[in-house]
Amino acid sequence: MIRNLRDIYFRSDQAKAYTLLSPALILVIIAMAAPMIVMIITSFNTQISMIEIDRTFTTGRYEDFFSKPIFSMLLFRSVKISFFVTLLTLITTYPLAYYIAFYVKKNKMLWIVLMTLPFWTSYLLRVFSWRVILGNKGVVNSALMGTGMIDEPLGFLLYNQGAVIITLSHAWAAFAILPLYVSLDKIDKSLLEASYDLGNSKFETFWRVTFPLSLPGVIGAILIIFIPTVGDYVTPQLVGGTDGRMLSNMIQSLFGRANNFPLGAASAIIMLTTVCIIAAVVTYITKKVSMRMS
Amino acid sequence: MYKKNNTLFIYCIFYFAFLYIPVLLLPIFSFNDSFHMVFPLKGFTFDWYVQMWNKSRLHQALFNSIKVGVIASVVSTFIAIFAAKAFTRYKVKFHSLSYGAILLPFIIPEIIIAVALIVIWTSLGLKLGLIPVTISHILFCTPFCMLILISRMEGFDKSLEEASMDLGENSFWTFWRVTFPLLLPGIIASLLLAFVISFDEFILAFFLSSSDQTLPIYMWSQLRFPKKFPHILALGAIIIIVTSLIVMTAYWLRNLGQGKKKDFTIGI
Amino acid sequence: MSSKNYIKIKNLSKSFEDVEVLKNINLEIEKGEFFSLLGPSGCGKTTLLRILAGFEYPSNGQVYFDEADVTSLPPNMRPSNMVFQNYAIFPHINVQRNIEFGLRKEGLSNEEMKHRVQDALKMVQLEGYEDRYSNQLSGGQRQRIALARALVKQPKVLLLDEPLGALDKKLREEMQIELRNLQKSLGITFIFVTHDQEEAMTMSDRIAVMDEGNILQVSPPKEIYHSPKNKFVSEFIGNINIFKTNILKASPEELLIDIEGLGKEKVQNKFDISQSDMIYSAVRPEEITITKEKNSSEHNLYKCIIKNISFYGESTYFYVQPINSEKIIMISNYNDEYSLKENDTCFISFEKKNIKIIKD
Repeated sequence: MIRNLRDIYFRSDQAKAYTLLSPALILVIIAMAAPMIVMIITSFNTQISMIEIDRTFTTGRYEDFFSKPIFSMLLFRSVKISFFVTLLTLITTYPLAYYIAFYVKKNKMLWIVLMTLPFWTSYLLRVFSWRVILGNKGVVNSALMGTGMIDEPLGFLLYNQGAVIITLSHAWAAFAILPLYVSLDKIDKSLLEASYDLGNSKFETFWRVTFPLSLPGVIGAILIIFIPTVGDYVTPQLVGGTDGRMLSNMIQSLFGRANNFPLGAASAIIMLTTVCIIAAVVTYITKKVSMRMS
Repeated sequence: MYKKNNTLFIYCIFYFAFLYIPVLLLPIFSFNDSFHMVFPLKGFTFDWYVQMWNKSRLHQALFNSIKVGVIASVVSTFIAIFAAKAFTRYKVKFHSLSYGAILLPFIIPEIIIAVALIVIWTSLGLKLGLIPVTISHILFCTPFCMLILISRMEGFDKSLEEASMDLGENSFWTFWRVTFPLLLPGIIASLLLAFVISFDEFILAFFLSSSDQTLPIYMWSQLRFPKKFPHILALGAIIIIVTSLIVMTAYWLRNLGQGKKKDFTIGI
Repeated sequence: MSSKNYIKIKNLSKSFEDVEVLKNINLEIEKGEFFSLLGPSGCGKTTLLRILAGFEYPSNGQVYFDEADVTSLPPNMRPSNMVFQNYAIFPHINVQRNIEFGLRKEGLSNEEMKHRVQDALKMVQLEGYEDRYSNQLSGGQRQRIALARALVKQPKVLLLDEPLGALDKKLREEMQIELRNLQKSLGITFIFVTHDQEEAMTMSDRIAVMDEGNILQVSPPKEIYHSPKNKFVSEFIGNINIFKTNILKASPEELLIDIEGLGKEKVQNKFDISQSDMIYSAVRPEEITITKEKNSSEHNLYKCIIKNISFYGESTYFYVQPINSEKIIMISNYNDEYSLKENDTCFISFEKKNIKIIKD
């Protein structure tokens, strides 16, 4: 009997493959799936005291979320900010990716390394740097005042949504350029030459050939930027002020000072759901668009 | 046609400046003799570096971060090696599902993971501290390590392992004599990069630790106090330099022995 | 105790997902044979070899090595060794350690290992290369190292997966001779996979021609060439002219047939063909003579028009069309004395015994 089992095991590629995968899958189940289930359960509970949670099932927290305007407002704002960050990052990094893919002949690797290196330094410190740059006594203002261009510091640079958007588009730039670069680099140059040959101008070639072919990279970049940004905490906390506050800041306080774990859990789930829906919609739309373009 | 484009080139230079200036400001001001990060620079000083040397809480936080980072990078890499082997050498049923599931922690917003973990941890009555932080870091780093190792394994030929078996070695010895040595640069790159990710990670640590701070948490706590934060600049400057060196080593290692085939997935 | 049929494959089939790659294979390979698996890409020959090596498990059937059932044995426990198509030389160790690689398990002393490695290198004429690394070797050298590495283990069976495919023509031809000589001197059974029929013909004691997961014929080269058992085999090996053929009358000794383009012929009924069977006739290009004038000949002469002449150095190929027929016949000739030109008329003839009857 055992010999037969051994035989079946050795014959089965699937068995071997899953043995190898088991640590990773166990990790995900214990450290992610189970916590998420508990999180979902908790979102249907009520916080009674500092440490006690009433486990009776109730949709009260979700009602709280949607009845108090501040929550929906923060959710909406988070999505809005992520949208602009994604747009800004895409627009500013695409030319760079394009340049490296098409115009750099030697040492492409070097460019990529230089491009991504800032990303590896502490995110916290980079955001803090932006606070310094944009502040009243900060680098921008003291430079402008020092050269006499303005008399008073520009107050609108910091502690608002704009500051959050700029800071985040900086933070994600390095990460976003990679999928863009990869898909641009993959494009067969002879397709472009064929396009010129057929009489298209540079712009037409870009719009009709290059850009559509780079769409997989664009989708990748969109998802890489958008999803984490919705849940970002550090940037709004450091440079957002009241105007730039996002949902994560609220969630964090629900687990800290405001001490309402169930509500925090519910908020997190709503955020996750929103992100999933948007990601699915984006993927769907871009697929449709790229099919029509090709 | 694709020889030169000066406008684009200038744009790139400006964009690079935009990318690097915030990063470079920190080292610059870390030598500045002033409590405020403003221009013009006041004077050159090593004070902040010296101050950093004397902060015991900083040392404790540094030590904690290193502890967590080492454990997280080793465990993540270990798990990732096996997962990478499964995905590259075998046809896994439910391939996309398993692959997606393992990558998930890396894709969804960190705060969601933080929330989920703090909820389950406290529900179980356990104390917050470095242990849940480490677990969360392992969860977070494993997908990343797996991607690095998958690309490394795809880079070398399956028939090398088959040849080893054909010549008489079983799975264990094949792994030890062929797979592991060839993977080694990738493994080291994975260890280094996972360490850096864990070392710099803030939000998971913030949610899940209590009195034991990691370095980012320590820095966060110091950011509000003008008199205290210049030494954070010194700390930050050092972190930037060390991290850059580690990352460049990892880049070099990753492409070691791969010849012309340079891999840019996740751009490392 | 050891039988002549060293390797036996019984009722073996293999499917990958829903695709049946090998269908009911039965094969017996003798000790000391140079045996080739020959067929086009996708016919299953490499899969069969890999099953012999232990890298794939059959969906059904058994494999026996010297009467022992090895079907479930992993590769490291089989008495066979393989030379891979891309050589699979370990890039992280030098030639010496590559060749020694399989000897670790045998617990030999360092002295002995060195000795064996030297012998192996001598066998493949690469003495002095011990310290080189894979990236310092040419394709042909790597191939020989792969060979040495497998042979140093003194296997009972050597499995070779299209080892000469990546070499240029001249080198390939040299290696073919070397491999054949090596095999003869060592007396090991070689199982050789290739899609190159010339290669298989040159080197093998017997060839198994495969197509779409089936073994179509197993015979020595000469027999395959002169007596192909079916259309596929006849077309795969060498050049051949296949004629649609109708059976007019069938008797146990004789067949009266009508050959496309050529007309009626009487031939021996060697394969028990009956009136209802579907057959083809086939003649090799070199079995046909071509002349400018009608000269006296005991064989039938057929008048044709030359459609095309191709000059290949040592031989010339004529493509002719019989009068009143659409059929194109290929003829190869070693002496182009006839100063024939395209659109000339000519006469072709061949011996009756060279007409091969092939059942469909």
